Amino acid sequence: MLAFIARRIGVVLLILFGSSFLVYNLEAIAGDPLAELRTSSAKNRDFLMHHLIMQLQLDVPPPIRYFSWLKGVLGVFTGNPDLGKTRDNLLVINEISAAIPVTIRLVLGATILAIVLGITVGVITAIRQYSRLDYTMTFISFLMFSLPIFWVAVLLKQYMAIDFNNFLASGQITWPWIIGTAVVMGLVVAGLISGDRRRVITLFAGGFVATIVLLLVVNATNWILKPGLGIVGVGLFAAGFAVGLTSLIVGFENKRVLYASLTVALTAVIAYFPLNAAWDGKSMNAAMLLIPFVLLILVAVGAVFGFTKVDRGSALRVTIITAVFASLFLLIDRLMTTWNGYINADGINLRPIPTIGEVSVRLSSDNFWILLMDGLVHVILPTVALTLISFAGYVRYSRASLLEVMNMDYIRTARAKGLSERTVIVRHALRNAMIPLTTLMAFDFAGVIGGAIITESVFGWHGMGTLFRAAISTQDLNLLMGVFAITSFMAVMANLVADLLYSALDPRIRAGK
Amino acid sequence: MAKKNKAAEVAATEGENAIALHETAGLSQGQIIRKRFFRHKPAVASMIALIFITIFVFSASGIHLGTEAHPITIQGWWKYSLTDIPDTNFCETSVGCPNADHPFGQDPIGRDYFALVMRGAEQSIMVMLIVGLIGGLLGTVIGAVSGYFRGWVDAVLMRFTDFIITIPSIIIGAVLGFKFGNLGVVALAIYLGLFSWTGLSRLVRGEFLSLREREFVDAARVAGASNFRIIFKHILPNAMGVIIVSVTLMLAGAILLETALSYIGFGVQAPDVSLGSLISEYQDSFTVSPWLFYWPGLLIISIALCVNFIGDGLRDAFDPRQRRRITRKDLLAATFKKPSSEA
Repeated sequence: MLAFIARRIGVVLLILFGSSFLVYNLEAIAGDPLAELRTSSAKNRDFLMHHLIMQLQLDVPPPIRYFSWLKGVLGVFTGNPDLGKTRDNLLVINEISAAIPVTIRLVLGATILAIVLGITVGVITAIRQYSRLDYTMTFISFLMFSLPIFWVAVLLKQYMAIDFNNFLASGQITWPWIIGTAVVMGLVVAGLISGDRRRVITLFAGGFVATIVLLLVVNATNWILKPGLGIVGVGLFAAGFAVGLTSLIVGFENKRVLYASLTVALTAVIAYFPLNAAWDGKSMNAAMLLIPFVLLILVAVGAVFGFTKVDRGSALRVTIITAVFASLFLLIDRLMTTWNGYINADGINLRPIPTIGEVSVRLSSDNFWILLMDGLVHVILPTVALTLISFAGYVRYSRASLLEVMNMDYIRTARAKGLSERTVIVRHALRNAMIPLTTLMAFDFAGVIGGAIITESVFGWHGMGTLFRAAISTQDLNLLMGVFAITSFMAVMANLVADLLYSALDPRIRAGK
Repeated sequence: MAKKNKAAEVAATEGENAIALHETAGLSQGQIIRKRFFRHKPAVASMIALIFITIFVFSASGIHLGTEAHPITIQGWWKYSLTDIPDTNFCETSVGCPNADHPFGQDPIGRDYFALVMRGAEQSIMVMLIVGLIGGLLGTVIGAVSGYFRGWVDAVLMRFTDFIITIPSIIIGAVLGFKFGNLGVVALAIYLGLFSWTGLSRLVRGEFLSLREREFVDAARVAGASNFRIIFKHILPNAMGVIIVSVTLMLAGAILLETALSYIGFGVQAPDVSLGSLISEYQDSFTVSPWLFYWPGLLIISIALCVNFIGDGLRDAFDPRQRRRITRKDLLAATFKKPSSEA
């Protein structure tokens, strides 16, 4: 195994060397950094040109110049990498390290959301193959597959930002919206649960009426402007997840798992007031956001070892996922209580969803929660746009993969020995179906650093994509190569990690053979 | 009505059985695949729509090859061209809104927007076809040779493929497009095609690795067939499914890549237009003159959507593993049904 990894890393380095050499020379030959100066009419034109030639070593032929660039990059191994300087005499490495956090903020959330939502929908449509829901989702995912992101982005800016901000002036949902949402929710509920016509109609009516009632309550309590879950809401959601996950993953025959996960939900309720008090304190910082996660996961592990004796793996899975979601609800509740303060803050003035930028320039506040909220609202639109686009891929792949696994002989064997459909799907089919998706995920996470050139440009973020665009249009070779070095390194590493994961998850595949 | 539905259902299941029976009755592979494809309604509808869009776009806009200095042009039937600036049509809220003379309206300069959009669509379809052709050919040949010969040929070719994969397509596109965008859309498409074969070649290689061990290959070799003949006459037709499906996906990817490049200004360069550059140019006038924004986007979506659906239909047709899976309900139904279709 070690020999295999060593050999692969050797090959990877060779490939990186080759491709960077190619791109360097390609760009050096294709681009002319002096083009702008050549046509300029400045008096000191010749001096400027000479200065730039000296600064960028343009008198050295590109293939040889490449090696001086490579020497700087190889400084990584001695601890002081040198990616050269940009045309404006800034250090490339500083530019890149300033851009990476911005890009991660932009893309990471969307990637995780797309993976979670995409796989969930893919699995549901595979289980309900050829149902109305399946056909609808197939159509929607194909549609998203075909959407140009720059086009969606403009629509989102109009309908999700500008129109939503206008709506906030009153904060009351109008009747056409209530009816429309209720119809959609009714259809979703009816589509999710199969049955004969009568049952479908009952389900539709149930979903329809429940949504209308919910939205009317939202209107009556002015919830849009002053949202919040409260201790009751958090408790209900956490308990709901505890029960739902238990029934989904292990079933109710095993009561002890249910007790363990309900313990986690109960802890979330008990922790509600002390936690909020701690969060409201003066010394609030980002690390303190992790308190509920750590606490509840510890409780989850403890509860599993306290309650159950057999099959602790599945029980742990149930309780830990419950703990994560309960913590998320605690966090969401706290953010919701910030909402009203945020939208009324100076520089926001009831128009919270921005169409462009990374932070509100005019917002003056040193409150941790207000600033966190500000960061979050700026991520909303790009995240939705990116999620829409990459969600479709996961739906298609996970559906196809699960369908293929469901046709395997071992699934028939599992059914033949009388296992419940839930056990067959969760324990036998799903695990195997997710193996091919590791490759896709590894590449997507590697792509996170590379950024989303188009998205950054549409939403005016200054991350890796913007650097890359600037590098191309100003013929800035060192900057381009810096961005390229990072993205291609991530891509080959993702390839390697995907291969290793693959052989670890699927014993039939032997790495190195 | 209910009876009719029932009858249709019976006919459908019988149709399915009939096809299954025909398979054993000796239909050729091509016939089976064609039958399966034509059963996929969305794919057939998309194919008709795509053919219609292509013919409509090319006949309206004509065909423009070559560069600005040396154009090679076949004129289309639409009365306005890119450079015509007819009188602007005024309406209540904005200028240049759609009317009978200008079905898609006019842009702020006064150019006929239908002509611009058709020209953009022509470029996009052209890029799609050329990328598909070049990428498909390269990917097939490289994958076939490396899977068939294995050994050092395979090692060299696959490392070369890895090497191209490391360079993200948008980087290649941007570097090349920025430099060669003024050479016209054909040059851009050729360059994009030269870098878009990698995924296909890996798939084809995998297919060849398994197919080359089959008996019919041994038979051909014993009969004295050359390597060239075995690759292209014996193995390749069996790998056609993978190739066709992957090429359709490549086509949809190519049209999105081209429009994205043109959107950020690295693809088709002004004064020529592309669907991406039109959107980028007029996105700010979305609230005032929404037609300038909607038409190019709708065209991109409909072309890409059609191609994706056709790809899905082809995959269903070629890949028997994707056929309807047998559920518990089917098993029960089959057990308690009289075995009429067995005969």
